[in-house]
Amino acid sequence: MAERKMAGKKIVRENKRRTGWGVVAAMLLGTLFSLRLLERPVRAADAPGSECLACHGDKSGAPTRPGSKVPLFVDGKKFATSVHASFGCTGCHADLEGKDFPHDKPAPVKCGTCHSNEQELYAKSLHGKAIARGDPLAPRCVTCHGNHDIVAVKDQRSAVAPLKVPFVCGQCHQEGTPVSRNRQIAQDNILGNYSESIHGEALLKKGLSVAPNCATCHTAHSILPHTDPASSINRKNIAATCTKCHSQIETVHRKIIRGELWEKQANVLPSCPDCHQPHKIRNVFYDMGMANADCMRCHANEKLRRARDGKSMFVNVDEVAHSVHSKKGIACSQCHSEVNASHVRPCETITKGVDCTSCHDEIGKLYVTSIHGQLNGKNDPNAPTCKECHGTHGILSKQDPQSSTFAVNVPNLCARCHREGNKAAVRYTGTQHEIISNYTESIHGTLLKNGLTVTATCTSCHTAHHILPRSDPASSVNANNVPNTCGQCHHGIEEQFENSIHSKKISGYSKPLPVCNDCHTAHSIHRTDENTFRLNVMTTCGRCHEKIAETYFETYHGKVSRLGYTKAAKCYDCHGAHDVLAVTDPRSHLSRANVAATCAKCHAGATRRFAGYLTHATHHDPKKYPFVFYTFWGMTGLLLGTFVIGGIHTLLWLPKAFQMRRELRAAEEKSAEEHGKSPAKEGTDV
Amino acid sequence: MSNGETPERQFVRFTRLQRALHACMIVSFITLAMTGLTLKFSYTKWAAILSHLFGGFETAGYIHRSAAVVMVGVFVTHLVDLYKLKRREHSTWRSLVLGPGSMVPNRRDLTELLETLKWFIGRGERPAYGRWTYWEKFDYFAVFWGIAVIGSTGLTLWFPVFFTRFIPGSFLNVATIVHSDEALLATGFIFTVHFFNTHLRPEKFPMDITVFTGRMPLEELKRDKPREYEALVAAGKLDENMGEAYQPIVTRTIRAFAWVALGLGFSITLWIIYAVLFAYQ
Repeated sequence: MAERKMAGKKIVRENKRRTGWGVVAAMLLGTLFSLRLLERPVRAADAPGSECLACHGDKSGAPTRPGSKVPLFVDGKKFATSVHASFGCTGCHADLEGKDFPHDKPAPVKCGTCHSNEQELYAKSLHGKAIARGDPLAPRCVTCHGNHDIVAVKDQRSAVAPLKVPFVCGQCHQEGTPVSRNRQIAQDNILGNYSESIHGEALLKKGLSVAPNCATCHTAHSILPHTDPASSINRKNIAATCTKCHSQIETVHRKIIRGELWEKQANVLPSCPDCHQPHKIRNVFYDMGMANADCMRCHANEKLRRARDGKSMFVNVDEVAHSVHSKKGIACSQCHSEVNASHVRPCETITKGVDCTSCHDEIGKLYVTSIHGQLNGKNDPNAPTCKECHGTHGILSKQDPQSSTFAVNVPNLCARCHREGNKAAVRYTGTQHEIISNYTESIHGTLLKNGLTVTATCTSCHTAHHILPRSDPASSVNANNVPNTCGQCHHGIEEQFENSIHSKKISGYSKPLPVCNDCHTAHSIHRTDENTFRLNVMTTCGRCHEKIAETYFETYHGKVSRLGYTKAAKCYDCHGAHDVLAVTDPRSHLSRANVAATCAKCHAGATRRFAGYLTHATHHDPKKYPFVFYTFWGMTGLLLGTFVIGGIHTLLWLPKAFQMRRELRAAEEKSAEEHGKSPAKEGTDV
Repeated sequence: MSNGETPERQFVRFTRLQRALHACMIVSFITLAMTGLTLKFSYTKWAAILSHLFGGFETAGYIHRSAAVVMVGVFVTHLVDLYKLKRREHSTWRSLVLGPGSMVPNRRDLTELLETLKWFIGRGERPAYGRWTYWEKFDYFAVFWGIAVIGSTGLTLWFPVFFTRFIPGSFLNVATIVHSDEALLATGFIFTVHFFNTHLRPEKFPMDITVFTGRMPLEELKRDKPREYEALVAAGKLDENMGEAYQPIVTRTIRAFAWVALGLGFSITLWIIYAVLFAYQ
């Protein structure tokens, strides 16, 4: 026996280390106790307390309280089989230890002396607080557990055995009791409803002891109102409470994207009691109960109007049937939640509009933070919600060419608001204008028109649901994020760019550096081998490299480029485009080692000496370009000198030349008079 | 002459080849000026338009180089002509260079220049100029200078890869400035001073087309080049230097061509003034 005890203790010790095995341990302990008790049934009289039973064990002769005739009887047999038998009477009635008979009225028993955990939970609970308030209706330990006959909960005889719990609670929580009449309890007919519910039916009618009783959901000692965040039936906790048993429930609840979401996003998602009303829980398939056909009984009527505002409530069956939701078996009631199948009009219980985030939770979170979502949060009438882009009953997959969100249709979708003159464009104050038409003519737009669906559309750069203004650091088109955004497709170029002088990593500059759209523009992106791009790139680079761009235009390449000659070397032809580096960098296209090869791209056979041509020479800088400077001024001197001498000579000549002309005319007139001819005619011909 | 009677006899000043060369020179020169200046003044709107009219910069470049070839051809032909002249009329180069018909400036030209300046300020009579005046000689040798300077730099810029085997790359920058500024000097000078001196002088206004017809009225020879006239009369060679005047249709055609050349020249001059003074960058 000692061995067994030892073994039992050992097991207990081992099991205590692992939570979850506690129940098993308790059961073993219980078994040990009962074994001990079974072995010594005859020792009851010898057991501690036999002394008390001498008086209290006599059913009729037991002592009474002063002024009362009710005998204070304690059933010795029952006590002997109770879990507390071994402690004797004074184990609980400690204040009577060693008292003489007849003793005074004993102090109330403090179960918490041993059951401190339960006592603590109870004290915080609804019942415990009611006791503290002095509520005469509040239950104490004995109200539920009894007193001298307490046995293990697992024992069928226990007052709080699973099968009995509804009745224990029902003592107070059923119709007609003082509690139900005098206390504010939101639920009515609790015991009645429970007994008819699937849980009650299983427990009470079929004797399935694992079926949940009151304490399974409300807990035994920590009973709290559902409004208390610590309550097991609080909206936040209810899913965890239900999934204690219904652990795989998310697999049959398709609205749930990931199992944990139900618990984490209790405020967004419907919680269990929203559909499965507390206490009345029935084995009902709600989808089937509120099948689309039920809805269409009314909503197929084209003339159906909402009484409140006359809005058409007609639902086109064909449209719904082709929608992506219909194909995935989503029923009306899964979006239009809050319907109640027990009503003639199940929809009359609906209070809220469709909340797509019930299922599309991740997207919903993105949307809320996006500029569209932010505006919507401010109740801006222009803010698009899900349905403005995706539609309502006829929502199609974005892979469907008919869908408004199919790649080819996206620009037109966004254009509804963002085309010049439309509501979003009107309130926009930034620098981007004619967005839609510029995009349509851009390389991306052209490719899209040609049916290349993988080319960039609005959403490729701006994202679909996390659209933010460029100024927002989290925006996909914020200057810091643009290379990454473009790099989604143009990955190789992004790699080059990240290793170029324009990358902060390489240059270490803190000031803003150009990113993709600074050279390529945002919406009017053209092929880089097209004239428009090639001829504008100098002014593009010149926005930052002002001086060097000016000097470029003083030499051959710049001059012919300005005349529209696209083949002449542009900035990036020599410096590199995305891999531009300082000319001092050995990896630069213009480093000593590479420059001849760079020139040779156009000038076949170019040598290092040929590369000595000063592509940015200016005659304004005598220090840097003395040759050019002095040649220019030498030539200018020559010009001025020649023109001054020639000019003076000519000006001095003029008066004499006019004089000669006059004399000539006079002579001609004279000879004409002699010949009788018109002088004018004579004068004009040679 | 315009009344259909017996054609007037005129003094023949230029040979057929000389006239042809001058016409070719005009065409190539104006072409070179227009195509070249589009590049020099690429910052003006006019340059872009003109370049476009020429069929884009690349074509303009081809035209420019073709015209350059024509001009060098004109120059070489003239040198060959000079050689033939020497073979025909002169025993030695010295005789050609120092002879009365030579273009080479001599002491008399200096005297005439000083006399001319005196005449300008009313301190003397107009000098009795000979066959070639000093300003004509200046213009003539300006072409030699221009061909040498503009031609050599132009050739360098035409074949930069080849020439940088001998000269540093930065010399291309220098060559560019020399080429374009010398060209600016040439065009500016031709379209103002030369035009005035030889074509637009008030007494000859609106224009002197002797260089195209090769002929000038005897009266004009007497007035303009009295020393040559007297020398010809004294040598009794005047008659052999006279020829028939051209039909009016011919002179009108020539005049039309000359007007076009003049018009283009003036336009270019205006463009240069605008580009240099008002739009310079």
